[in-house]
Order: sequence, then structure tokens, then C-alpha cells
Amino acid sequence: MSHTIALAGNPNSGKTTLFNTLTGARQHVGNYPGVTVEKKTGIYKSDGHDFHLVDLPGTYSMTAYSMEEVIARDFIATEKPAVVVDIVDAANLERNLYLTLQIIEMGVQVCIALNMIDVAKSRGVRIDADRLSELLGVPVVPTVARSGKGKKQLMAAAAEIAEKPSKTKSPGIFYGDDIDAALSEMTPLIEQAGLLTEHYPAHWVALKYLEADEQIVSAGDSIHPALSARLKQVADRVANHLRATCDTHPEALIADQRFGFIKAIIRQGVIEIDDGQNRLHLSDKIDKVLLNRLAGPLIMIGILLLLYHVTFAFSDPVIVWLESAFAGLRGIADAHMAQGLLKSLVISGMIDGVGGVLGFVPIIMFMFFGITILEDSGYLTRVAFMLDRVFRVFGLHGSSVMAFIVSGGIAGGCAVPGVMATRTLKSPKERLATLLTVPFMNCGAKLPVFAMLISAFFAYNKAWMMFVITLISWGGALLIAKLLRITVIRGAPTPFIMELPPYRMPTVQGVLIHTWERTWQYVRKAGTIILAISILLWAMMTFPHLPAERAGQFETAREQIIAQAAPETARELRSAGNGDELSASALALRQQVNAIDAEKARAALKYSMAGRIGTGLESVSHLAGFDWRTNIALVGGFAAKEVIVSTLGTAYSMGTVEAENAGGLSRQLAESPVWRPLTAFSLILFVMFYSPCFVSVVCIAREAGSWKWGAFAMAFNTVLAFILAVSVYQAGTLLGF
Amino acid sequence: MAQINLRQMAVNQQGVIAAIKADGELGRRIRDMGLVPGTEFSVRGRAPLKDPVALRIMGFTLSLRNNEADHIEVEVKE
Repeated sequence: MSHTIALAGNPNSGKTTLFNTLTGARQHVGNYPGVTVEKKTGIYKSDGHDFHLVDLPGTYSMTAYSMEEVIARDFIATEKPAVVVDIVDAANLERNLYLTLQIIEMGVQVCIALNMIDVAKSRGVRIDADRLSELLGVPVVPTVARSGKGKKQLMAAAAEIAEKPSKTKSPGIFYGDDIDAALSEMTPLIEQAGLLTEHYPAHWVALKYLEADEQIVSAGDSIHPALSARLKQVADRVANHLRATCDTHPEALIADQRFGFIKAIIRQGVIEIDDGQNRLHLSDKIDKVLLNRLAGPLIMIGILLLLYHVTFAFSDPVIVWLESAFAGLRGIADAHMAQGLLKSLVISGMIDGVGGVLGFVPIIMFMFFGITILEDSGYLTRVAFMLDRVFRVFGLHGSSVMAFIVSGGIAGGCAVPGVMATRTLKSPKERLATLLTVPFMNCGAKLPVFAMLISAFFAYNKAWMMFVITLISWGGALLIAKLLRITVIRGAPTPFIMELPPYRMPTVQGVLIHTWERTWQYVRKAGTIILAISILLWAMMTFPHLPAERAGQFETAREQIIAQAAPETARELRSAGNGDELSASALALRQQVNAIDAEKARAALKYSMAGRIGTGLESVSHLAGFDWRTNIALVGGFAAKEVIVSTLGTAYSMGTVEAENAGGLSRQLAESPVWRPLTAFSLILFVMFYSPCFVSVVCIAREAGSWKWGAFAMAFNTVLAFILAVSVYQAGTLLGF
Repeated sequence: MAQINLRQMAVNQQGVIAAIKADGELGRRIRDMGLVPGTEFSVRGRAPLKDPVALRIMGFTLSLRNNEADHIEVEVKE
């Protein structure tokens, strides 16, 4: 039978590295039900052992405050793994043992991996593993996760206690007379009633009542209200007594006693520190430079720019290659399929849809490659440390900066990887506020829209205008984050108390596994939904078709023009290939024919679902200066912001307009009587703030763990953008712009 | 020995935690990281904008905000 082994431990204890070494490629990433915390499972097979491994989220404690702690605790209590392997950072023994004690108190089989024993040794710390094992009553195996040293011994030790479970005894911590008296009063009551004892030892439940643990107390309230009330009474009595006599409370006292117990253990010959080696650690030397008041921020800007560059410059050739591959596919479909609806569905709905999904893959891959290196090396926490003061003002976290920059804080990013980058944030409220506001940044798809409008109306000062746009999006995003944090995501800031782990060289295996997992998750989970929605959007822009009679009118007009032309000119045009040189008369004829085709495309677009929505909204949208053409383009922009330019082109009967090459459209808008600089500025504002493209919406819903937030992003952003655009347009009109 | 607030400590100054005045989530997080009465530590540095502060405690580096440090009383050598 294959036993389940759970890996628990502090963040930065090398837990994930050990998991990777043990399982290699035999691992699977999912999510715990209903939450966004990753669940990593894997298989270990060696020396006749066959284990199912679960990598629990890294935690410092087993309280019920953070999602990670609740998950780790619930897993141990309800899934009852055969063994919990607790990874302990040997160089940091005291703090790590705090979690160890709490796991042992849960009454499960525990085996300690005394990890990074080599780092401890290099710092002059020698640990007597046997002595520690003897004092704690659980096996202790020294390991070096990076090199895999000790992993076989660790698994052998785990196998031994999995096969022959011993009755784990409570470590026998002395919590002081008041607490211990209360515990011995409460424990028999809990045992008698069997309150939660199928999952937890009675002693542990009693301890949680004293600590006023919300999760356990409310579970007790619903299962056994009378007993729960009595237990709370005892806990209150102790709390009042402690407050009166020593100005403390049970929870604090329990923590103090645990650390006291650890200090006592360590003093019994477990640890030996070479005092002569009181040298500056390498990490401190690095920090002297990287956290320096002047050099620190400059280096940080450089590193963030580099991350941005790696993400977008490196992925660019891959995207170009993908695009040409999809263009080839489109060409094959075009050549081999009969003209008609199915062809349109395959080309515009499916091939372009899949192309759209895969187009983000290189960006996501390179971004996570860069971020994983920064995260695993320990630098990311330094970024949070340096920037926290700034971002805290807006209810965000120092780590939010990465997501903003990747999303287009430096113009030209992408909100999809930006939203995914918020995974490095551990504070739930700050994380949600970040992932809802990163779409306000100027992603690469909004830039062609801005560029087209700027060159039409603000050509006299392009660079300055681009700078203003960047400032508006940053200012807007931060202020909206603040607004969200005092309204829908209200609540005190999550404590910043955070370890600045020592710098470490990331392992190649760790970085590659992590990058692959994240990318694959995007393709697998987001990809399918994105494909479905892109087909839906295609249908909206295509159906209903122009009535046959109207489509026929265009055909007739087309034929008439060709018939009126000289026969040899018509023949020349019909036989001409794409790149062939044409005579002046044939060229003129082709222009006339193209004009009719463009007029037909415009009519078809206006007749379609999207066109009707656009026309229907005109009565409202004129407040912001948008006519039906702009509206259709904005509806299309929900598919992807670059579609705005091409849809505007179709709506202005210009045929196919490339987003990157929109000079003609730009001139047309500049000459149009409907447009003036104020209209353009109003549209720029609207495009900047309105609903994220649906790929981002899908990612927001995924990352926030609920479709509610995806819907919120669409509705809230669009309303907000509309209010901004209307205010600016109306105020501007009043002022005579 | 004088008792002062953690926020008032200078960089490189050493101290011993005297009392934690926070409860609830903040108090729990502070204690979970080993900041309990009797623990020795030193101030390693401050962020470029003077906040947060970095401490060295039991062989690792811990950062916390000034308004979180306000809840921590420290004994320092004169």
C-alpha cells in the first residue's frame, strides 16, 4: 500500500526543493478546493518504497489566521497522512522548531528533516541530531535538499514510522500552572464528549480553546454548543486571571512557553556554536549594497527593467514564430475549405482563438522564469521591503510592484502575466486589490490605439502625450486600489512581518519546474475558456448576416463596375496574383472594387450583434463623444484591445487595417467632423480604464478564486471608465475644447 | 537597562524584547516569528524610506513596519 507523506515546514526552509528532489518530474499541481493556494502532489519510488507525497503550504505556525495555515492544518487533521515530514532549517533551528512542536502536538507521526545542515555548518553551528531526536521523541535526519544528500535516509525513517506507528506522546510542554490546570480540567470533558476528537487529540482542542482559535471554537459551537460554552467559560476565566495578575493573555503565554521549551531543549547539548566565527554572513554583505539607501533603489530599478526586458524582448521572436505558424495554418484552411460559414468559424473563431491563447504562452513563460529566479534567490522580498512604504499608502503591498510593471507599468506589458504575477503576494486583501487594478496599466495591445489617436490629434507632441498617459494610468490604478481597499476590499493591512531570507542561488530544477507548471496551468485551465469565449465573440461580430438582398446589392455594384471597365483591364485584374504589377487602369479598377468590399464589410459589421449593441448604445455613449463606430470597436476590444484599431478601420469602410500600420485610419479620423482632440482624449481614457480583455478577466477570476471578481472587473471598470470619459468630455466641451 | 519602543532604536543597536503589546492577528504573527519576551536581537537596517525596519533575531533577518514595531517594548543597554 502506498502511504501518504505530507511535507510541512517554514517558508524558505528548502521544503519545495526537497519535494522536487524527492519526486523529480513525477509531480502534479492543482489547487485546494475553493482556494487559490497551490496543492503540489508527487510520487516517490525508491528502495522498495512507494509514497504519495503532498507539499503543504509553507507556514511559520499552525494558527488559523492565514489560508496557508488553515490548509496545512486541515490536511494533517482530516487526511491523516501516515507521516508528516517536518523540514527544519538547521541554520534557524529555534524558530523552525516552533512549528515542529505544534505539529507534534497534533498527535501525528512526525519525522524531522534537518535541512541545510551544510549552511549551518558553514556558519559555525553544529547540531547533534541524535540528541535532538531523543529530546523531541521523533526521528531526526540531516539533509541537504539541494544535493539530495540524506533523502534516502529520510524516506527510510519515514517508512519505518509509517509501518510501525508509535503512540506519539505530547512533547510535555509546561505551559505554566494556570494554563496547565485549565488544560487538565478541559481535556477529560472533550474526551468524554468526543468533541472533534476524530481529527484532533483532546489536549490539542483544549489548547485551541485557550488560544481562542476561531476555527476550532466555531466548529465546537456548532457540534456541541453546551460543552463549547463551558470550555469558553474556562478559557475566559484563565484569560481574566492572567490579565489581572501578569498583564498577559493565554495565547501570548502559550507562545512564550513554547519558545521557552525550545530554548531549554537547545541548551541541552543540541547546538554548539563556534563563537570564534562571528563573521558577517555573505547575505549581509550583499544586503549592504542591495539595500543601501542610494544604490539600493537604483539597482532595483535596473533589475525590474531587466525583468521586463527578459519577459517581452525574449518572448518576442517566439511570438513572431507562433504568429507565422498560425498564419500558415490559416492559409491552409483558406486554400482547402469551401467558402462559407464553417470556413469563417475555423479561421476567425478557432485558429485565431487558439492562436490568441498560445500567443500569451511565451510571455507567461519568460516572465515566470524571471520572477522565479528573483523569488528563489530571495531578492523579491527585498523589493517588497524597499517599496512597502510607497505601496502601503494605497492599501497595497511592496510586492505589488512586480505585477504592475509586468502589466504595462512600463508601457507595453500585458495584464495576463501581470495578474498571474500577483501569486507572489501572500497577503490576501492586498493581492486582490493588486490583481483588480493591474489591468489599468498600458499593455502592449492598448498602445496601438493610443498611438493611432495621438498621431491623429496630438502629433505635435507625441512623447509628452505618451508620458502623460503613463502617469494617468499609474495614478489611476493606485487611487482606485485605495478606493477598493476602503470599500469592497476593506480591512486592516495584513501585517508586513516577513522574513528576509538569506540570498541563495536558485536551483535549475526548481526554476524550470516552476516555470513549466505555471505556463501549463494557464494553457490547461484558462486556455479552454478563452477558446470558447473567442468563438462566442466571433459569432457576435458575424451574426446575423446581412440579408441576401443587401449583400446582393453590393455584389451587383461590384459586377457593374467590372462590366463597365474595359474588358482587357477586367481580365488583367482577374488573372493578377497578389504581388503582380498592374497597369494604371487595372489599379484604379481594383481600388473601386476594394471600396465596395469595404463598404460591404462595414454594413455587415453594423448589421451584426456587436454592431447592433454599438448602435443601441449610441444614445448613452454620445455623452462621452463616442458614435456607433467607436462603440463597435470597443465591444470588439473586449476580445483583445488591438482589435479596436482594426474594427474602427472596418467601421470607417477602410477594409483591413493593421494595428501597427494605421496611418490611413489616423488621417481619416483627423479629417472626420465627428472627431476632435477632446473626443480622442476621452476615448484614450476610456480604453485605459474600461473592462480588461476577456483573457485577463478569465485570469482574474482564476486567481481571485471566484467568477464574481471577474464579473466585478468587467462591470466596475467599464462604469468607472465611462464616468471618467463623460466627465472629461462634458467639462472639455463646456470649456470650449 | 532602559525600556524603549522598538521604533526608537537606532541601526546596529542591540536589545532584548521586554513585552509585546499587540494581540489578535498582529500579535500572533509577531510571536510566531520568535519575537517573544526575552529574545535578543539587533537592528540591521531600515528601508530607503526609513520604514520598514530589518531585525536580526535568532540567526535570521526579519522585517516589520514601524507602526507594527510600535507594539514592541524593548530593553536596551544605555
